[in-house]
Amino acid sequence: MRGALAALLLVAASSVAQAQDQVAAGRYQAILGDCQGCHTAPGGQPFAGGLVLETPFGNMTVPNVTQDRASGIGGWSEADFRRAVREGITPDGKRLYPAMPYPAYTRMSDADLASLWAYLKTVVPVHNAVEADHLRFPFNIRALMAGWDWLYFKPGRFAPAEGKSAAWNRGAYLVNGPGHCGACHTAKTFFGADGPAALTGASLQGWFAPEITGAKPRGVGGWSADDIVAYLKSGWNSHAVASGPMAEVVERSTSQMTDGDLEAVALYLKDQPAASEPVPTAVAGNDPAVAAGKVLYQNNCTACHGANGKGEALMFPPLAGNPVLLQSSAENLIRVVLAGAQAVSTQAAPTGPSMPSFAWKLNDAQLADLLTYVRNDWGNQAPPVGADMVAKVRASLKSGS
Amino acid sequence: MAKILPRKDVVIMGLGWTGAILAQELTDAGLNVVAIERGPWRDTATDFNIGYMPDELRFAVRKELFLSPVQEAMTMRNSTSQMALPMRDYGSFLPGNGVGGAGVHWNGFVWRYFPSDFALKTQLTKRYGARRLSELQLEDWGLAYDEFEHCFDQFEYLTGTSGKAGNLNGQVIEGGNVFEGARNRDYPNPPLKMPYTSALFIEAAKNMGLHPFPAPAANLSKPYVNPLGVSMGQCTYCGYCERFGCANYSKATPQTTILPVLMKKKNFEARTESEVLKINLHPDGRTAKSVTYLDRAGQEFEQPGDIILLCGYGLMNVRMMLLSGIGHPYDPASGEGAVGRNYCYQTQGAGARLIFEGKHFNPFIGTGALSATIDDFNGDAFDHSKLDFVGGAGISCGSSNGRPIGYHPTPQGTPRWGSKWKKAVAETYQNTLGIGAQGSSYPVRGNYLDLDPTYKDRFGRPLLRVTFDFPDNDLRMANYMSDQLAKIGRSMNPKELTVSHAGKGWNSVPYQTTHNTGGAPMGANPKTSAVNRYLQSWDVSNLFVLGASAFQNNAGKNPTGTVGALAYWTAEAIRDRYLKQPGALVQT
Repeated sequence: MRGALAALLLVAASSVAQAQDQVAAGRYQAILGDCQGCHTAPGGQPFAGGLVLETPFGNMTVPNVTQDRASGIGGWSEADFRRAVREGITPDGKRLYPAMPYPAYTRMSDADLASLWAYLKTVVPVHNAVEADHLRFPFNIRALMAGWDWLYFKPGRFAPAEGKSAAWNRGAYLVNGPGHCGACHTAKTFFGADGPAALTGASLQGWFAPEITGAKPRGVGGWSADDIVAYLKSGWNSHAVASGPMAEVVERSTSQMTDGDLEAVALYLKDQPAASEPVPTAVAGNDPAVAAGKVLYQNNCTACHGANGKGEALMFPPLAGNPVLLQSSAENLIRVVLAGAQAVSTQAAPTGPSMPSFAWKLNDAQLADLLTYVRNDWGNQAPPVGADMVAKVRASLKSGS
Repeated sequence: MAKILPRKDVVIMGLGWTGAILAQELTDAGLNVVAIERGPWRDTATDFNIGYMPDELRFAVRKELFLSPVQEAMTMRNSTSQMALPMRDYGSFLPGNGVGGAGVHWNGFVWRYFPSDFALKTQLTKRYGARRLSELQLEDWGLAYDEFEHCFDQFEYLTGTSGKAGNLNGQVIEGGNVFEGARNRDYPNPPLKMPYTSALFIEAAKNMGLHPFPAPAANLSKPYVNPLGVSMGQCTYCGYCERFGCANYSKATPQTTILPVLMKKKNFEARTESEVLKINLHPDGRTAKSVTYLDRAGQEFEQPGDIILLCGYGLMNVRMMLLSGIGHPYDPASGEGAVGRNYCYQTQGAGARLIFEGKHFNPFIGTGALSATIDDFNGDAFDHSKLDFVGGAGISCGSSNGRPIGYHPTPQGTPRWGSKWKKAVAETYQNTLGIGAQGSSYPVRGNYLDLDPTYKDRFGRPLLRVTFDFPDNDLRMANYMSDQLAKIGRSMNPKELTVSHAGKGWNSVPYQTTHNTGGAPMGANPKTSAVNRYLQSWDVSNLFVLGASAFQNNAGKNPTGTVGALAYWTAEAIRDRYLKQPGALVQT
């Protein structure tokens, strides 16, 4: 009798352990998917929503996905959850906008979603009724999303590519599935669907998410796999530092990923085809903009970034060979010099040093010259920056968008 | 009525060097810590923006980062026979304000005091006899250098100090400070590059048989990652250290060494622009219950805590103890009482200015602690048996700044303005070298701190009254240093040599140094010390009083290194001893 009881207890204990394992695995899925990046508002309760997302179609407020019945998803079944995440349709038949990256999450496996659901069931329910969306007409008509889905949405699980290694396929799954890297790094069509050139860089929310294909020097082709892992783990490597929206991604998602997964991501990204646009030729050193920009650089930038543009490890990102400087769009550069930026703070690199704002010190023409210079010295090659572009970013920063 | 807040394990008053170190160490020990800071939050990119930080008028002349007398003033007098008057502006010394405290605007010297400095009474009595010390009020610190050598090491590695060891585990190393106490390992970074002025001084000192070495500096000679994982940049020798925040993350401050890690902790909270009015005691008077503070909106709060840490600037710590009725106020008439006792300063008057021809010293290349120093005449490194004083000075020559408003040396006899003055400045700027003697300051019965009987602050609390003049012993010491400076200066063959002398009559107006020490001294005897060897109040056992207020005497060195080491020493005592058995760590 006692033996039977002990055996029963053992079975019970092992099923508890299994459930705990599944919750832990689901917590990791939430990290891979960076769910909290949107579903936890700054200073808000985990997964309780409320963050306002700016999109070209208007602002939308991220819903509460805690288990609160009234304001969250407490009334949902696992099947409801799967359908919402993978097909963008809620139990009441409402169609989600692709700001929720279901076109990427559709590739996630049943097992991964089951564990994610198991984890979400353990998150503290929070009552937080979020406001409705504020999209512009006609985008505010959710029913239209049926047509969008029919045109652009390709549902279906991830299928491993034949002839590629398990690690490569794991990387492909992470990048295109839960990681939804293309949500930012792939340029969108007029209707907000992924364009044809995957991961070759895109503009959104006032930032330019740079190319992350195997392109050299504009993508990550010049980075070793270790460089990519270090960047995603700590926010830093010898080429670049994460700031802006990517700082948030590193902080909440990639810095907590396993080394194996990060290596898989690196392997996959380095193997992706480059954008078709050619690398521009460098603006000549005797160009008046470059000459003027060089003086401005020496007076304002060398104390940190160095006369040689090499920066300093873990403190000041290098400018020489930094892919962020070489993108077709100079949006990030203009923004960072005008508004300043803070590097991500991770456990591996907690400092989080900041770039101060120079908006008060450099006028549009000066900043354009300065950026044209840094994009074209030390082997860098990128198109010149115009004062009108600086003026545009300055105006958008002033208006707070 | 004050709103009573939920209890915290530790309540810290002041988030400067000591507050940040204690917060970091005690949160690591698992405690829930809140720091209440009178001044604003300060952050490198926002407040020390590289674009406007080198604004000498704003920061050095108008002193934007400092405590203003509107917030807290003090009264001063030279002796008990005078009536103290309020300082209308901080001049002689400049307390910090805001997160980082004086650790924001310091120069960056990270000295270890000599082992003998911590047991001065014993050392000097043994060597010269008690009679020689009769005009002084010396007391040992109750803590030997060897007991907390590892704490100096912790502070040096935290701050990435650049220097060269002179005594590694008893092995004396030429080129380092051969007079220093034995250290367990070298500095974390090599010395800064010496400027031309220092190079000439080193040559002259060596020729005289003296022992020059590069001063240990928390201005970083190399990029560095400290043991907390916080990274710092290499110093650019821009010359904007003292009175400025470092825009390049190159000068160690709480911001550049601790706060990035501390601020992420869930068991730490900083409340800025919140001013503590008083420490409240339990009815028995033996333990502290809480602190009362006002937030920026003027709302009054009471914050209870199990451990209370006074981490303000030393002078403010003493005032807070007096305002809260903690310990026995010092009485200069009887020499009894410990709070306010043994206030010391720094004896700065001895200096030499050398003007050459045809040099290019480029004084705009500089950093706060960039200098070559000799300790041959410091503390008790030399024999005083045939001299008429005890103590000494660190003698230094370097380049901390050549800023346009503050630095325009002219030869003697130059008019104070006009075209001749301009011409002289243009000629002399590149040709001037200064040698300074930073002298020790030893306690005497009449130098002390107490509450002013007349003047009150905006909350109706009495101001702190500083009663101080340079003791005769220290002035004799300084005159001896002027003689040494003259000898060194002459050997360098300048076109013009000017030697200055220290004199009686401390004046609170011209800037001298922000090295105010003592007032809540540490020691083994509760009659002559306010805190025990762990900086724990003798009277209120859950109160620790950090900072230079604990010094029994000031050495011929900048105090921050010793302040930092004592902070680690206290953190260790709380973690390893107090938490296991709260109560007095030293029985009386």
